[in-house]
Amino acid sequence: MSKHIIPKAAPFDPVSAPDFLPPNQLRELQLTRLQNMVWHAFNRVALFRDRMSQRGLKPEDIQSLDDITRLPFCDKADLRDGYPFGLFATPMSEIVRLHASTGTTGKPIVVAYTQKDVDVWTNVMCRSFAACGLHRGDIIQNAYGYGLFTGGLGAHYGGEALGATVIPISGGNTQRQLMVLKDFNVTAICCTPSYFLHIIDQAAELKVSLKELPLRAGVFGAEPWTESMRQRIEKDSGIKAYDIYGLSEIVGPGVAMECPCQAGPHIFEDYFYPEIINSTTGKPCAEGVEGELVLTTLSKDAMPMIRYRTRDITALTSEPCGCGRTLRRIQRISRRSDDMIIIRGVNVYPSQIETALLKVEGAMPHYQIVLTREKGLDEMEVQVEVTGEVFSDTVGGLEQLQARLTKSIETTTGLRPRVRLIQPHSIQRSEGKAKRVIDQRKM
Amino acid sequence: MKLKQLSLFLENKPGALSTPVKLLADAKINILTLSIAESQQYGILRLIVGDWKAAKELLEKHGLPVKTTDVLAIEVADRAGALAGVLAVLEQAGINLEYMYAFTLKREGKGLLLFRFADPDKAIRVLQKHKINVVGNADLFQRLEG
Repeated sequence: MSKHIIPKAAPFDPVSAPDFLPPNQLRELQLTRLQNMVWHAFNRVALFRDRMSQRGLKPEDIQSLDDITRLPFCDKADLRDGYPFGLFATPMSEIVRLHASTGTTGKPIVVAYTQKDVDVWTNVMCRSFAACGLHRGDIIQNAYGYGLFTGGLGAHYGGEALGATVIPISGGNTQRQLMVLKDFNVTAICCTPSYFLHIIDQAAELKVSLKELPLRAGVFGAEPWTESMRQRIEKDSGIKAYDIYGLSEIVGPGVAMECPCQAGPHIFEDYFYPEIINSTTGKPCAEGVEGELVLTTLSKDAMPMIRYRTRDITALTSEPCGCGRTLRRIQRISRRSDDMIIIRGVNVYPSQIETALLKVEGAMPHYQIVLTREKGLDEMEVQVEVTGEVFSDTVGGLEQLQARLTKSIETTTGLRPRVRLIQPHSIQRSEGKAKRVIDQRKM
Repeated sequence: MKLKQLSLFLENKPGALSTPVKLLADAKINILTLSIAESQQYGILRLIVGDWKAAKELLEKHGLPVKTTDVLAIEVADRAGALAGVLAVLEQAGINLEYMYAFTLKREGKGLLLFRFADPDKAIRVLQKHKINVVGNADLFQRLEG
């Protein structure tokens, strides 16, 4: 048998070179690509052509990157209305792949890729893994779902391009996930952060010590999460939890990825152009101000997107990062403009509830928000699973816990919830995106 | 001297109690005594079992977190005023009683009561000073088998 030489420290991977382009060169590249892309979209997609024409805009009007704000927005509804082939910009003979979102209401959203698009996606996913220090010799357990969902195949191609070993285990079957993690000396895992929390719980129950395994990195995305979740994951599993960002409308995972500084994902700006807007007025936000992320694809052939409104709330920063990347960073997406629930006129995000629960010592983030309407008044019930750490053998002790949780949520959201303590494992665990809100209100 | 009590969180819904009880039954772990404290929404099941370590491991393996608490089994004569006497001793020493319940077992005109104190060690010292019998693990099992 030949000896395998596995590099110990993460060397600089040449694939990451574009991450370090001098800003002026990066802006030039972005402008050239944007201009080409606008021509392509204008010529091939009726929706973009019609909307630009309504504004009296022609592709040649885009002379600088700032001119992007003159272009019209598009959003999920446009994709849905265009089902199935509406926004495709190339003939089917050039399209090599289709993916689709799960589509909670009505028709799914279908996205298409040419071979070049798949190559770009592979490149950004490969750079994502390299950015968090993975390299040839790493063993990546890919627990994102394979299939129409972009997570599985996106991570798969990127991992292989990096030269790592990819285990295409897909989502679900947590006992088998743990067995493979252990038996194959897996060094990195990809999945949703809530599913990894579930893996941590199962590991504890099955007496598998994650801290003693070679696993060192988690590439977590596909749902909003919080800094407190990251801290809990890192503390309980001993790995580094990195935030990856993406959405199938733009490419899939790999739009942005964190470096070892863990200071927010860097956007792969040579392929995706970010803006932050006020989601009500549509006007651009100043740097560092939170708003809705809007993305423009700079190279996509099969399905270009101009100023796509992601509904994800974040802020953009061009502050230099410790890693030296010149790519701008976004903050971790902890909420979406369409996650927002309005209770008695107050805007509440599930992430606020999570932060409040975590503030109360020992409370774990397995919770669910149930909204009801009683006598015309909205009621928010927060169901929290009682864990061994917070459980008390006296009713007084549990009542105190309930009171502390209630107070903490009230302080964070301004609304007094009904906190209900429930038995562990009574909230259904998700193997994909966690469902935090159950709205039973009849409007 | 101290006994290990297991407590479990139960939601107030049909079948909540039978899950842990059935698990223990299938593993042939005998429940020596139990009590349930309840609020509107949930209950706390407190158990004294034959093999508490095995019981804890079994219940936790099935996703039921268990809290262990030190409790005292105190021998109290089965006559009017006996419990009042024990409580007077505790009260004088300023020992706070969290809750109590009983064993069905009786021997030589004496019953066994279970007490949960915030500070069980202090309670042991006070009770022994007043010649009140605190029954330990070994003694308890002997009585149950005998």
